Amino acid sequence: MRGALAIDSRTLGRWALLTAATLTMLYILAPLISVTWLSFYEQEIPSFPPEGYSLRWYKLITGNARFVDGLLLSVQLGVSATAIGLLVGVPAALCLSRFRFPGREALNNLLLLPLMVPGVVLGTALYVFHVEAEIATGGRFAILGSTLGLLSGHVLVVIPWVVRLVLASLAGFDRTLEEAAQNLGADRWTTFRRITLPGILPGVVAGAMFGFVASFGNLEMSLFLVGPGRTTLPIAILQYLEWKIDPSIAAVSVVQIVLIGTAMLVTDRFVKISRVV
Amino acid sequence: MARLELNQLSKRYGDFFAARDVTLDVADGEFLVLLGPSGCGKTTTLRMIAGFVEPTSGAVRIGDNDVTQLPAWKRNTGLVFQSYALFPHLTVAQNVAFGLEMRKAPKPEITQRVGEALELVRLGHLGDRLPRQLSGGQQQRVALARALAFQPDVLLLDEPLSNLDAKLRQEVRVEIRKLQQSLNLTTVMVTHDQEEALTMADRLVVMSEGAVRQVGSQRDLYERPADRFVAGFVGRSSFLSGSLETPERFRSAGGIAVACRPSTVATGPATLALRPERVTVTPEVASDVENGFIGEVEFVSYLGGLIDLHVRLSPSDVVIAQIPNREDGFMPRTGDKVHVGWTVASASVFPGSGDDADSADL
Repeated sequence: MRGALAIDSRTLGRWALLTAATLTMLYILAPLISVTWLSFYEQEIPSFPPEGYSLRWYKLITGNARFVDGLLLSVQLGVSATAIGLLVGVPAALCLSRFRFPGREALNNLLLLPLMVPGVVLGTALYVFHVEAEIATGGRFAILGSTLGLLSGHVLVVIPWVVRLVLASLAGFDRTLEEAAQNLGADRWTTFRRITLPGILPGVVAGAMFGFVASFGNLEMSLFLVGPGRTTLPIAILQYLEWKIDPSIAAVSVVQIVLIGTAMLVTDRFVKISRVV
Repeated sequence: MARLELNQLSKRYGDFFAARDVTLDVADGEFLVLLGPSGCGKTTTLRMIAGFVEPTSGAVRIGDNDVTQLPAWKRNTGLVFQSYALFPHLTVAQNVAFGLEMRKAPKPEITQRVGEALELVRLGHLGDRLPRQLSGGQQQRVALARALAFQPDVLLLDEPLSNLDAKLRQEVRVEIRKLQQSLNLTTVMVTHDQEEALTMADRLVVMSEGAVRQVGSQRDLYERPADRFVAGFVGRSSFLSGSLETPERFRSAGGIAVACRPSTVATGPATLALRPERVTVTPEVASDVENGFIGEVEFVSYLGGLIDLHVRLSPSDVVIAQIPNREDGFMPRTGDKVHVGWTVASASVFPGSGDDADSADL
């Protein structure tokens, strides 16, 4: 009798866990599922139930220059910002984890700051700074609305992710491996390339992934920094939404989700990002 | 292989000396062991030889070269780390090949030497494995093969056996020693394990508080300890504090007079150290010992083949005697009055009437 009861309560517990997990998963996935569903609707005004299904919105967005250009610019921006972010962030993380120097905590916080400051605030600040910089140089330093200005803003968004995730993987890295390499004849650079980098690669890749996604999806800050005729994908979407609400936005979103999701899955096959994040 | 020379090597952190004036000469093919409690400076010394700690003063010479200013990667020493420090992302063979690659050895030579090094530690068949797929003992052997493959001038071992279980440790001890002898490797090993040090070394260095206390063979350290610390650290001793009345007579705080070897220690406060197995315990007066006393057995520990007796000779003097456990032997019990004795040659005298710190580890 008691035994049966014990089994019952355990089964019950397992069901409760399963239910909670399913509900949570649904909650997370619901927007993705509905947006994907919506993108295949036939009719222009999103209403339920759908009148039919078609691929017309996908055809429409590939023909829309603003979306295509926006996507290209966003990808270019994301890739360059991530590359620069890695060049700055990885050495910064190494310094922060290896050396004790005055102002270390301050530097650590400074590098994470762009993550905490709201995008609008960051955008406004950069905008004002760009204006002041142009005035101060008498217009010779034309950074306002330039690609350089936009890129430098995106680098700021990427850096915290790289620093944070590389720091996390450095914390778990055994430094005697570096001594072993040096004992075997490897100089500092060779040691970094052959031993340290492979050891912290999951953190570097995860930092690059998240940094890229953060740059790719950034809207608020970019709004202040783009120049005339040059818009990123999120801005293109926003501008389109001001005039129309049709499933083409859903189609654009699906394209983004698929792109980023594929990138994540492919990287995870080579480097176990899940070990860091 | 080459000779290794340390000349007045010191490492200071602020006011603290991690190592102080360490001067050692390791002959070609010699196995030297640095022995001491944790924090005695043995690891700092080893790391100064490897080039990971920059000495505050002094010099390190390997063969004919002064390497004091050279970075670790230019020193040609092979170090086996306590944690082995195998590269987790490289296979066993790649780990062993690393040192040869750094020396730009040609591919065929690398392959050949890696094979030889792995054969040497009987792991020739596991070259394609990753370190995590090996047992602790196998990883230890890979670390050894990796340190030997590029033919270093000096082999350095940093507590290489401390992560192995007791039984394996005994086997590996013999294995490393045989390998070292057959390859004639100049070797410096760091350990806090006395037994390990005694079984493997050609010569031992006892260190404490950053300084070398004594250098010598196993027999030197045991029979003629240089100071009270060595007498307490290598093997066991019971200590009697008191003073040296004449160069040949010691009087304990409890008033007993002990005849001892003429010593160079100045008369005055002194400590007498006695090895427990040199102390005889008999029911009657023994005639073959110069020092004979009557005492009361206070404590008996039964250790199987041996028995430890704590015998009180006076209100403030206790000696430990270790006697063999024989079927027909004399077997005193707690409270028994016994005759305790030792020869003049068995006791060592050190200056200063010591505190109780050293007797605590009896």
